[in-house]
Amino acid sequence: MSLRDWPIRQKLTAMLVLSSGLVLLLTSAALVGYQYWSFRQTMRSTLSVRGSILATNSTASLAFANDADARELLSALRADPHIVAAALYDRNGRLFATYPGDLPGGALPAAPGPDGYRFQRGNLIGFQPVAEAGGQRLGTLYLASDLAAVDATLRLSGVIAVAVLTVALLAAYLLSRVLQGAISQPVLMLAETARAVSDRRDYSVRAAKLGEDELGVLTDAFNHMLSRIEAQDRALRESKEGLEQRVAERTHELEERNEALRHNAAQLLAANTELDAFAYSVSHDLRAPLRSIDGFSQVLLEDYAAQLDEAGRDSLRRVRAATQRMGTLIDDLLKLARVTRVEMRTEFVDLSVMAREIAAELQRATPDRQVEFAIAQGLEARGDARLLRVALENLLGNSWKYTAKRTKPKIEFGSIEENGGRAFLVRDNGAGFDMRYADKLFGVFQRLHSVSEFEGTGVGLATVRRIITRHGGRIWAEGAVDQGATFYFTL
Amino acid sequence: MDDKVILLVEDNADDEALTLRALKKNNIKNDVVVAHDGVEALDYLLGAAGSAGRQPHSMPQLVLLDLKLPRVDGLEVLRRLRADPRTHLLPVVVLTSSKEERDLVNSYSLGANSYVRKPVDFGEFTEAIRQLGLYWLILNEAPPAKGT
Repeated sequence: MSLRDWPIRQKLTAMLVLSSGLVLLLTSAALVGYQYWSFRQTMRSTLSVRGSILATNSTASLAFANDADARELLSALRADPHIVAAALYDRNGRLFATYPGDLPGGALPAAPGPDGYRFQRGNLIGFQPVAEAGGQRLGTLYLASDLAAVDATLRLSGVIAVAVLTVALLAAYLLSRVLQGAISQPVLMLAETARAVSDRRDYSVRAAKLGEDELGVLTDAFNHMLSRIEAQDRALRESKEGLEQRVAERTHELEERNEALRHNAAQLLAANTELDAFAYSVSHDLRAPLRSIDGFSQVLLEDYAAQLDEAGRDSLRRVRAATQRMGTLIDDLLKLARVTRVEMRTEFVDLSVMAREIAAELQRATPDRQVEFAIAQGLEARGDARLLRVALENLLGNSWKYTAKRTKPKIEFGSIEENGGRAFLVRDNGAGFDMRYADKLFGVFQRLHSVSEFEGTGVGLATVRRIITRHGGRIWAEGAVDQGATFYFTL
Repeated sequence: MDDKVILLVEDNADDEALTLRALKKNNIKNDVVVAHDGVEALDYLLGAAGSAGRQPHSMPQLVLLDLKLPRVDGLEVLRRLRADPRTHLLPVVVLTSSKEERDLVNSYSLGANSYVRKPVDFGEFTEAIRQLGLYWLILNEAPPAKGT
């Protein structure tokens, strides 16, 4: 584990112990060093004082070359166990007396060195001149002291320093254990709070604030951040719940609508089947009695004309006219029903071509009429060709019919822009209609003209509307009495 | 051997009377046999299934067949006639009230030679009968006679 990964408590403790330890170590080293140095200075001055005294006492011995006296003098050094060797040299540098007496040869310098005291080869040595009071030099005193005293002092200082260091480090450690809490405690609490948030996603926990220092500010900021996250989290959860609920509601709604649609479709299918059977039956059975009425009226008119007066014959003619009309009505109603029932086959249809064909047919059926057709080119649409033909036949047929009393009849087929899409139109300058009754135009059996004025059953436009509706389109009309009519439709 | 017979298959007495009148008015003198439903028609043409051994009548020159009939309807009659080798080629004109698309499609699919819708107007009806008689009894060459 690298230092970086240490727990903050240990880091703080280690920092405090290390810094106090280093300070103490430096202080102790300085003290010990100073002591060592001053002890050596003291030792040298002590030895030089002793050398001076001994040299002064030796002048007589050297002056009179009394070596026994000199040895007597030197042996006094026995009192100091640290003096390992001593010697007196005469004026010519020859060894005159030594201490201790049994000193092996070669343990002493053969000739005196330069005057003065110095440390040399683990010993403190000194050469002290021996001179008379008048200044006449008589010889040299040599002294050598071991450094055991220095070593002992140094060892003691070292032991004391180590002991002090140990105690001080222990104290520093204990103190840091107590003091580091001031920093580590808020940090640890922050860390603990952060862990609780990340582990449990519980944004409601808060770190306890222990002071007004920077860590306190940090704790406040952290808690503030948590509050905001908590609020946002709650808002998010609420909106999510709301969304889920709305989705569930919509799904439910859709299911209900689907169910209703299924129900409607089933009903529609049943109704269509019923209508189919009804239309088939009407097609066969409703017309047969009409044929009988018409046929036997004719029989009466042919075989019994003599027995009938004019009023009787007129009545029979009216009966026949009514049956004709009834027959037409049934046929038109069946057409309307077929438009509803027939299966759609969608394809591209050229309405312009279709309109021209219908116009030609109308003209063929009534060759003596002069009608101006204006049919736009290239009007195409997608739809069922047969149904669209029925629609166009009805619309153009209507225009043909209602322009019968015009001197310059004109019928137009074209298209206009309508709400971004295209609307087709059939326009004529015929009898027109009153806009107040525009909504009645497309109802079954709804007519705005009498049969005597214009033939018709009132089924044609209802059929057209049903065809347009089946194509998903819309149909509407504009017109005015005697100002013509315009029918618009989209597909 | 009567090969000039017209078989009229018609359940409605009024239509029967009017058809006969129209034929008469158009001077069509052929004998007309009337079958009042599909079973009678099949009995006449193929012999009764229940009365074995009875020979069917000789083939009529033309059958005028209504579609909506009691017991066995016109389309079923047509189907059985076309399935039988004796009546396989017999001229059958469907003469009915309806012009429902499926009636037309079914009739032609089963082998009807012609399909005529009865108009409500008796004048038009008479004209239709006249043209039918002219075409099928005079103009048209009948297939070679089969049967006994």
